[in-house]
Amino acid sequence: MIRKLLPHPYLTLTLTGIWLLLANSYTLNSLVFGLLVGLVIPWMTSPYWPARPHIGHPIKIIEYMFVVIWDIIIANITVAKIVLFMPNAKLQPAWVTVPLDLIEPEAITVLAGTITMTPGTLTAELAADGHSLLVHCLHAPDVDAVRDEIKTRYEARLKEIFE
Amino acid sequence: MELIWDIVISAFLVIGGIFGFVGSLGLVKLPDPMTRLHAPTKAATVGVGSVLIASMIWFAVKQDHLSLHELIVTVFIFLTAPVTAHFISKANIFRDWPADKLPRPAGEGEWAVHQSDADTSKEELAGEQETEATQQD
Repeated sequence: MIRKLLPHPYLTLTLTGIWLLLANSYTLNSLVFGLLVGLVIPWMTSPYWPARPHIGHPIKIIEYMFVVIWDIIIANITVAKIVLFMPNAKLQPAWVTVPLDLIEPEAITVLAGTITMTPGTLTAELAADGHSLLVHCLHAPDVDAVRDEIKTRYEARLKEIFE
Repeated sequence: MELIWDIVISAFLVIGGIFGFVGSLGLVKLPDPMTRLHAPTKAATVGVGSVLIASMIWFAVKQDHLSLHELIVTVFIFLTAPVTAHFISKANIFRDWPADKLPRPAGEGEWAVHQSDADTSKEELAGEQETEATQQD
Protein backbone atom coordinates (compact mmCIF):
# COMPACT_ATOMS: atom_id res chain seq x y z
CA MET A 1 0.00 0.00 0.00
CA ILE A 2 2.70 2.42 1.05
CA ARG A 3 4.80 1.26 -1.86
CA LYS A 4 1.96 2.11 -4.19
CA LEU A 5 1.43 5.59 -2.78
CA LEU A 6 5.12 6.32 -2.33
CA PRO A 7 6.88 4.53 -5.19
CA HIS A 8 10.13 6.50 -4.87
CA PRO A 9 10.68 7.95 -1.37
CA TYR A 10 14.09 9.42 -2.25
CA LEU A 11 12.57 11.12 -5.30
CA THR A 12 9.86 12.58 -3.08
CA LEU A 13 12.50 14.04 -0.76
CA THR A 14 14.56 15.35 -3.67
CA LEU A 15 11.57 16.98 -5.37
CA THR A 16 10.49 18.65 -2.13
CA GLY A 17 14.01 19.98 -1.64
CA ILE A 18 14.21 21.22 -5.21
CA TRP A 19 10.83 22.94 -4.88
CA LEU A 20 12.00 24.74 -1.74
CA LEU A 21 15.18 25.87 -3.50
CA LEU A 22 13.29 26.98 -6.62
CA ALA A 23 10.78 28.96 -4.57
CA ASN A 24 13.80 30.35 -2.65
CA SER A 25 11.65 30.85 0.43
CA TYR A 26 11.70 28.52 3.41
CA THR A 27 8.22 28.82 4.88
CA LEU A 28 5.59 26.26 5.86
CA ASN A 29 3.66 27.34 2.80
CA SER A 30 6.33 26.27 0.31
CA LEU A 31 7.10 23.13 2.33
CA VAL A 32 3.50 21.94 2.02
CA PHE A 33 3.34 22.69 -1.67
CA GLY A 34 6.75 21.07 -2.19
CA LEU A 35 5.57 17.90 -0.43
CA LEU A 36 2.49 17.90 -2.62
CA VAL A 37 4.64 18.11 -5.75
CA GLY A 38 6.96 15.46 -4.33
CA LEU A 39 4.08 13.08 -3.69
CA VAL A 40 2.14 13.55 -6.92
CA ILE A 41 4.97 13.46 -9.47
CA PRO A 42 6.50 10.09 -8.41
CA TRP A 43 3.01 8.60 -8.21
CA MET A 44 2.08 9.82 -11.70
CA THR A 45 5.37 8.77 -13.31
CA SER A 46 5.71 5.40 -11.55
CA PRO A 47 4.36 3.38 -14.54
CA TYR A 48 7.35 4.57 -16.56
CA TRP A 49 9.82 3.82 -13.77
CA PRO A 50 8.71 0.63 -12.06
CA ALA A 51 11.96 -0.50 -10.44
CA ARG A 52 13.35 1.26 -7.38
CA PRO A 53 17.14 1.58 -7.11
CA HIS A 54 18.43 -0.08 -3.99
CA ILE A 55 20.55 2.22 -1.86
CA GLY A 56 22.36 0.35 0.87
CA HIS A 57 24.46 3.07 2.48
CA PRO A 58 22.94 6.56 2.07
CA ILE A 59 25.63 8.03 4.37
CA LYS A 60 28.32 7.03 1.90
CA ILE A 61 26.74 9.33 -0.69
CA ILE A 62 28.01 12.33 1.28
CA GLU A 63 31.54 10.90 1.37
CA TYR A 64 31.31 10.23 -2.36
CA MET A 65 30.19 13.82 -3.03
CA PHE A 66 33.16 15.27 -1.16
CA VAL A 67 35.60 12.95 -2.92
CA VAL A 68 34.18 13.99 -6.31
CA ILE A 69 34.18 17.73 -5.52
CA TRP A 70 37.79 17.54 -4.32
CA ASP A 71 38.81 15.62 -7.45
CA ILE A 72 37.02 18.14 -9.68
CA ILE A 73 39.00 21.02 -8.15
CA ILE A 74 42.36 19.22 -8.38
CA ALA A 75 41.72 17.96 -11.90
CA ASN A 76 40.56 21.41 -13.05
CA ILE A 77 43.93 22.88 -12.12
CA THR A 78 45.79 20.05 -13.87
CA VAL A 79 43.74 20.47 -17.03
CA ALA A 80 44.05 24.27 -16.96
CA LYS A 81 47.83 23.80 -16.95
CA ILE A 82 47.56 21.44 -19.93
CA VAL A 83 45.38 23.85 -21.92
CA LEU A 84 47.47 26.92 -21.11
CA PHE A 85 51.04 25.64 -21.20
CA MET A 86 51.27 22.36 -23.08
CA PRO A 87 51.81 22.50 -26.85
CA ASN A 88 49.36 20.39 -28.84
CA ALA A 89 52.16 18.23 -30.22
CA LYS A 90 52.96 16.95 -26.73
CA LEU A 91 49.34 16.14 -25.94
CA GLN A 92 48.60 12.42 -25.68
CA PRO A 93 44.84 11.86 -25.93
CA ALA A 94 43.84 8.25 -25.35
CA TRP A 95 40.86 5.92 -25.26
CA VAL A 96 40.37 3.69 -22.22
CA THR A 97 38.01 0.77 -21.80
CA VAL A 98 36.67 0.58 -18.25
CA PRO A 99 35.13 -2.83 -17.53
CA LEU A 100 32.18 -2.46 -15.13
CA ASP A 101 31.31 -4.47 -12.04
CA LEU A 102 28.19 -2.38 -11.44
CA ILE A 103 24.86 -3.70 -12.73
CA GLU A 104 22.32 -1.11 -11.56
CA PRO A 105 21.63 1.33 -14.43
CA GLU A 106 21.42 4.17 -11.89
CA ALA A 107 24.88 3.35 -10.54
CA ILE A 108 26.36 3.19 -14.04
CA THR A 109 24.76 6.54 -14.87
CA VAL A 110 26.26 8.14 -11.77
CA LEU A 111 29.68 6.67 -12.58
CA ALA A 112 29.52 7.91 -16.19
CA GLY A 113 28.46 11.38 -15.02
CA THR A 114 31.27 11.49 -12.48
CA ILE A 115 33.84 10.55 -15.09
CA THR A 116 32.63 13.32 -17.39
CA MET A 117 32.48 15.98 -14.67
CA THR A 118 36.03 15.33 -13.47
CA PRO A 119 38.01 17.20 -16.11
CA GLY A 120 40.52 15.27 -18.15
CA THR A 121 38.31 12.23 -18.64
CA LEU A 122 35.03 11.95 -20.52
CA THR A 123 32.58 9.08 -20.85
CA ALA A 124 32.18 8.68 -24.58
CA GLU A 125 30.29 5.45 -24.99
CA LEU A 126 28.68 2.46 -23.32
CA ALA A 127 29.24 -1.06 -24.62
CA ALA A 128 26.26 -2.69 -26.31
CA ASP A 129 26.09 -5.32 -23.55
CA GLY A 130 26.31 -2.64 -20.85
CA HIS A 131 29.39 -4.11 -19.17
CA SER A 132 32.03 -1.52 -20.07
CA LEU A 133 32.44 2.21 -20.59
CA LEU A 134 34.58 3.88 -23.23
CA VAL A 135 36.41 6.81 -21.65
CA HIS A 136 38.35 9.47 -23.53
CA CYS A 137 41.33 11.04 -21.77
CA LEU A 138 42.68 14.47 -22.66
CA HIS A 139 46.25 13.63 -21.68
CA ALA A 140 47.06 10.15 -20.45
CA PRO A 141 50.61 8.86 -20.81
CA ASP A 142 49.62 5.89 -18.61
CA VAL A 143 46.25 4.51 -19.70
CA ASP A 144 46.13 1.68 -17.15
CA ALA A 145 46.58 4.11 -14.24
CA VAL A 146 43.51 6.07 -15.36
CA ARG A 147 41.40 2.93 -15.54
CA ASP A 148 42.58 1.69 -12.13
CA GLU A 149 41.88 5.08 -10.55
CA ILE A 150 38.30 5.11 -11.88
CA LYS A 151 37.76 1.56 -10.64
CA THR A 152 39.18 2.01 -7.16
CA ARG A 153 38.21 5.61 -6.45
CA TYR A 154 34.69 5.84 -7.88
CA GLU A 155 33.37 2.43 -8.81
CA ALA A 156 34.28 0.74 -5.52
CA ARG A 157 32.51 3.51 -3.58
CA LEU A 158 29.42 3.36 -5.80
CA LYS A 159 29.31 -0.40 -5.34
CA GLU A 160 29.14 0.14 -1.59
CA ILE A 161 26.39 2.75 -1.94
CA PHE A 162 24.20 0.72 -4.27
CA GLU A 163 24.50 -2.60 -2.46
CA MET B 1 34.53 43.71 7.59
CA GLU B 2 32.76 44.99 4.50
CA LEU B 3 36.09 45.12 2.67
CA ILE B 4 37.00 41.50 3.54
CA TRP B 5 33.75 40.20 2.07
CA ASP B 6 34.28 42.35 -1.02
CA ILE B 7 37.70 40.78 -1.46
CA VAL B 8 36.36 37.23 -0.96
CA ILE B 9 33.53 37.76 -3.46
CA SER B 10 35.82 39.30 -6.07
CA ALA B 11 38.34 36.50 -5.58
CA PHE B 12 35.69 33.90 -6.36
CA LEU B 13 34.52 35.91 -9.37
CA VAL B 14 38.07 36.21 -10.70
CA ILE B 15 38.71 32.47 -10.23
CA GLY B 16 35.45 31.73 -12.05
CA GLY B 17 36.47 34.10 -14.83
CA ILE B 18 39.88 32.48 -15.21
CA PHE B 19 38.46 28.97 -15.48
CA GLY B 20 35.74 30.16 -17.86
CA PHE B 21 38.48 31.69 -20.01
CA VAL B 22 40.58 28.51 -19.89
CA GLY B 23 37.54 26.48 -20.93
CA SER B 24 36.87 28.73 -23.91
CA LEU B 25 40.55 28.84 -24.85
CA GLY B 26 40.64 25.06 -24.80
CA LEU B 27 37.73 25.03 -27.24
CA VAL B 28 39.86 27.04 -29.68
CA LYS B 29 43.26 25.54 -29.00
CA LEU B 30 42.74 21.78 -28.68
CA PRO B 31 43.30 19.83 -31.90
CA ASP B 32 40.27 17.57 -32.56
CA PRO B 33 36.56 17.27 -31.62
CA MET B 34 37.06 14.66 -28.91
CA THR B 35 39.70 16.66 -27.02
CA ARG B 36 37.70 19.85 -27.55
CA LEU B 37 34.78 18.25 -25.72
CA HIS B 38 36.90 18.33 -22.56
CA ALA B 39 36.96 22.12 -22.45
CA PRO B 40 33.29 22.88 -21.64
CA THR B 41 33.20 20.42 -18.71
CA LYS B 42 35.93 22.53 -17.15
CA ALA B 43 34.16 25.84 -17.56
CA ALA B 44 30.98 24.24 -16.27
CA THR B 45 32.44 22.89 -13.02
CA VAL B 46 34.92 25.16 -11.26
CA GLY B 47 34.21 28.20 -13.47
CA VAL B 48 30.46 28.31 -12.94
CA GLY B 49 30.82 26.87 -9.43
CA SER B 50 32.91 29.71 -8.07
CA VAL B 51 30.68 32.36 -9.68
CA LEU B 52 27.74 30.70 -7.92
CA ILE B 53 29.59 30.65 -4.58
CA ALA B 54 30.32 34.36 -5.04
CA SER B 55 26.63 34.95 -5.70
CA MET B 56 25.59 33.05 -2.56
CA ILE B 57 28.04 35.02 -0.39
CA TRP B 58 26.89 38.31 -1.94
CA PHE B 59 23.24 37.63 -1.18
CA ALA B 60 24.00 36.40 2.34
CA VAL B 61 26.29 39.29 3.29
CA LYS B 62 25.06 42.28 1.31
CA GLN B 63 21.34 41.55 1.11
CA ASP B 64 20.86 39.71 4.41
CA HIS B 65 18.93 37.13 2.48
CA LEU B 66 19.64 33.42 2.31
CA SER B 67 19.78 32.44 -1.35
CA LEU B 68 20.26 28.81 -2.24
CA HIS B 69 19.02 29.04 -5.82
CA GLU B 70 22.61 28.57 -6.85
CA LEU B 71 22.69 25.00 -5.55
CA ILE B 72 19.91 24.16 -8.01
CA VAL B 73 21.93 25.65 -10.86
CA THR B 74 24.82 23.40 -9.84
CA VAL B 75 22.56 20.34 -9.68
CA PHE B 76 21.13 21.03 -13.14
CA ILE B 77 24.59 21.54 -14.61
CA PHE B 78 25.77 18.27 -13.09
CA LEU B 79 22.73 16.51 -14.53
CA THR B 80 22.80 17.99 -18.04
CA ALA B 81 26.49 18.45 -18.88
CA PRO B 82 27.42 14.73 -18.88
CA VAL B 83 24.36 13.85 -20.96
CA THR B 84 25.19 16.49 -23.57
CA ALA B 85 28.83 15.44 -23.67
CA HIS B 86 27.78 11.82 -24.05
CA PHE B 87 25.49 12.60 -26.99
CA ILE B 88 28.08 14.73 -28.76
CA SER B 89 30.75 12.08 -28.36
CA LYS B 90 28.35 9.35 -29.50
CA ALA B 91 27.62 11.33 -32.68
CA ASN B 92 31.31 11.93 -33.15
CA ILE B 93 32.23 8.26 -32.69
CA PHE B 94 29.50 7.35 -35.17
CA ARG B 95 31.00 9.70 -37.77
CA ASP B 96 34.75 9.45 -37.30
CA TRP B 97 35.70 6.44 -35.19
CA PRO B 98 35.13 3.02 -36.76
CA ALA B 99 35.30 0.06 -34.37
CA ASP B 100 38.86 -0.89 -35.33
CA LYS B 101 40.24 2.50 -34.23
CA LEU B 102 38.87 2.13 -30.68
CA PRO B 103 39.85 -0.25 -27.88
CA ARG B 104 37.51 -3.24 -27.55
CA PRO B 105 34.82 -3.40 -24.86
CA ALA B 106 35.61 -5.84 -22.05
CA GLY B 107 32.86 -8.35 -22.81
CA GLU B 108 31.61 -9.61 -26.13
CA GLY B 109 29.87 -7.39 -28.64
CA GLU B 110 30.63 -3.88 -29.81
CA TRP B 111 30.21 -0.37 -28.47
CA ALA B 112 26.55 0.65 -28.49
CA VAL B 113 26.97 3.02 -31.45
CA HIS B 114 28.32 0.23 -33.66
CA GLN B 115 25.60 -2.22 -32.77
CA SER B 116 22.03 -1.46 -33.73
CA ASP B 117 20.23 -3.88 -31.35
CA ALA B 118 21.94 -2.84 -28.12
CA ASP B 119 19.92 -3.57 -24.99
CA THR B 120 21.30 -2.31 -21.71
CA SER B 121 18.17 -2.52 -19.57
CA LYS B 122 18.50 -3.85 -16.04
CA GLU B 123 16.60 -7.07 -16.67
CA GLU B 124 18.88 -7.84 -19.57
CA LEU B 125 22.01 -7.27 -17.47
CA ALA B 126 20.74 -9.30 -14.53
CA GLY B 127 19.64 -12.09 -16.89
CA GLU B 128 23.07 -12.18 -18.48
CA GLN B 129 24.78 -12.41 -15.13
CA GLU B 130 22.60 -15.35 -14.18
CA THR B 131 23.37 -17.20 -17.38
CA GLU B 132 27.07 -16.50 -16.87
CA ALA B 133 26.83 -17.90 -13.35
CA THR B 134 25.05 -21.05 -14.51
CA GLN B 135 27.59 -21.48 -17.27
CA GLN B 136 30.40 -21.35 -14.74
CA ASP B 137 28.72 -24.04 -12.61
